Amino acid sequence: MKMTKNKTILYALILAFTFVCPFVFPNFGTQLATLWLMIIVALTWDMTGGQMGYNSLGNIFFYGTGMYVAALVAIGLVYDVGDYTNAAGGGIYEFTDLEYFGGMALGVLAAGLFCSITAVIIGSLTFGLRGPYFAIGTLGVAIAAGELVSNWDWVGGGQGIALPVYPGDLDTGKIMFYFLFAAIGVSVFVFAKWLYGTRFGAAINAIRDDEEKADAMGIHTLRYKLYTWAMAAFFVGMAGGVSAFQLIHFEPLESAYQTINLGIFMVVCVLLGGKGTLWGPVVGAILFHLFKEVTWNYLLGWQWVALGALIVVTVVYFQDGVMGWLMHKRPEWFGIKVEEKVAEQAE
Amino acid sequence: MTAIIEVKDVSKKFGGVVANQDVSLSVNSGTITGLIGPNGSGKTTLFNSIVGYHPIDSGSIKFEDEEISTFPVQQIARRGLLRTFQQTRIYGAMNGVENMLISLPHRKMKIWDALKTFTREDYERADHLLEFVGLYEKRMLKSGDLSFGQQKLLEFAMALMNEPTCLLLDEPTAGINPTLINGLIDRLKRANSEFGITLFVIEHNMRVIMNMAETIYCLAHGELLAQGTPDEIQNDQRVIDAYLGAH
Repeated sequence: MKMTKNKTILYALILAFTFVCPFVFPNFGTQLATLWLMIIVALTWDMTGGQMGYNSLGNIFFYGTGMYVAALVAIGLVYDVGDYTNAAGGGIYEFTDLEYFGGMALGVLAAGLFCSITAVIIGSLTFGLRGPYFAIGTLGVAIAAGELVSNWDWVGGGQGIALPVYPGDLDTGKIMFYFLFAAIGVSVFVFAKWLYGTRFGAAINAIRDDEEKADAMGIHTLRYKLYTWAMAAFFVGMAGGVSAFQLIHFEPLESAYQTINLGIFMVVCVLLGGKGTLWGPVVGAILFHLFKEVTWNYLLGWQWVALGALIVVTVVYFQDGVMGWLMHKRPEWFGIKVEEKVAEQAE
Repeated sequence: MTAIIEVKDVSKKFGGVVANQDVSLSVNSGTITGLIGPNGSGKTTLFNSIVGYHPIDSGSIKFEDEEISTFPVQQIARRGLLRTFQQTRIYGAMNGVENMLISLPHRKMKIWDALKTFTREDYERADHLLEFVGLYEKRMLKSGDLSFGQQKLLEFAMALMNEPTCLLLDEPTAGINPTLINGLIDRLKRANSEFGITLFVIEHNMRVIMNMAETIYCLAHGELLAQGTPDEIQNDQRVIDAYLGAH
């Protein structure tokens, strides 16, 4: 009982901190929003990568697709998309408050749903692949999507899309985007915490540990893999949708389907924090984001080298991540207790 | 008596090696049936064919009057026909209870049932079956740290947790110490009589199989050599020559 009470207090404190954060650190509004984005993509990556054993390098596909879907829905509700993108931000395209916020709400929701559906379709094609083949296969999907979109003029081609700016005080806008990301982030965390405690959660762990055995026990392995990816894609798609409005202008290769940036960062976050744990992706995202911002500010020119070194060190020497290391050092914190009295063998 | 598994003229070759040649046998519902034969006689191949591990070259395999020879593993498992492995397969990183909970019959669940947390009944059933195989005291230990014999018992308990109609056991007593074997025979018999599970058992230990099975089939060189009651098999000269006499 004491344990659960402590936990409730801990969660309440974290939630309270989440609320006051952008007001306490007003200069870091965008940074904090990006941190939440990192947490979202890391937690969702871990749903398949850590909990189900399918290491996707293509989750960035849902981020980019979410951006485009949200933008196209918001624009398409008011103007002709072809005309709008043709003007490349030059024409006079006004959005009323209702059109801006309504378009954003519908667009972000549509982005989540659309990405879930594409996850099921792409998953049906790629979940036959195992291990590194799945990773490369999904990476291929993300790269191909970026190339296709950058050659598709109707959605702006290589120039991307310019969305309307937040109507109002820009600082208020920053806070709104922070809270949008935070809301999705908290939702993902609560969702994942619940999901991993269900029979479904146990089944995807079974797929990770021995998929053949899971098959032989009659678990609907393919169906469960598709559902899991669709759930992850829903949240990533929504986060992408919010990003589209936050960035105002985005283009396909560097910001939407950014395979070598966010697409890799999310994996590093999870490895750093601890694969297959609930808190690992969160802790990893925070550490990674701090590391990245510090090196980008103080080691400019060497930042990619530092990042590469971090990846190498994590993968070679620190595979279990922070949470894995803690579990090893302090198992009692995680309720892993070896029963003192192992009774004599039955029979 | 109705046959739950009907194997008819099944052949399976691996390259030039004939693993099964026109094997026909049937397992009656609610019984314990044995499958014996020297090493390399094609017993495990036949099991693998039945549960859909690999396609067969020719013949027919029916489970509850349905042709299953073209189905993949999951589809057959979801019909309630389950197998355990000769080399045990458990989830080594998890403890006994988690292994049991994962083995709940997902085939009987709709997605919203799967999205429920484990109920008190789930835990009680897991504990009960762990008790049944004598692993209750070790249920919180990491399964990978259990001895080979204990892992076999755990795998058996997991199979029971899955509520199969029919269970194929590949050498359940291999690697289990002689004092435990008596207990295991008793449990297999009880699984059959109390839970009504049809058992089809590959076994090298003659004492075990003669004690349990009502009908025994004997394979040699991929072909069915003999069939009958334990007494008939024990006294069959061909079986003695091919197998028992080879000791």
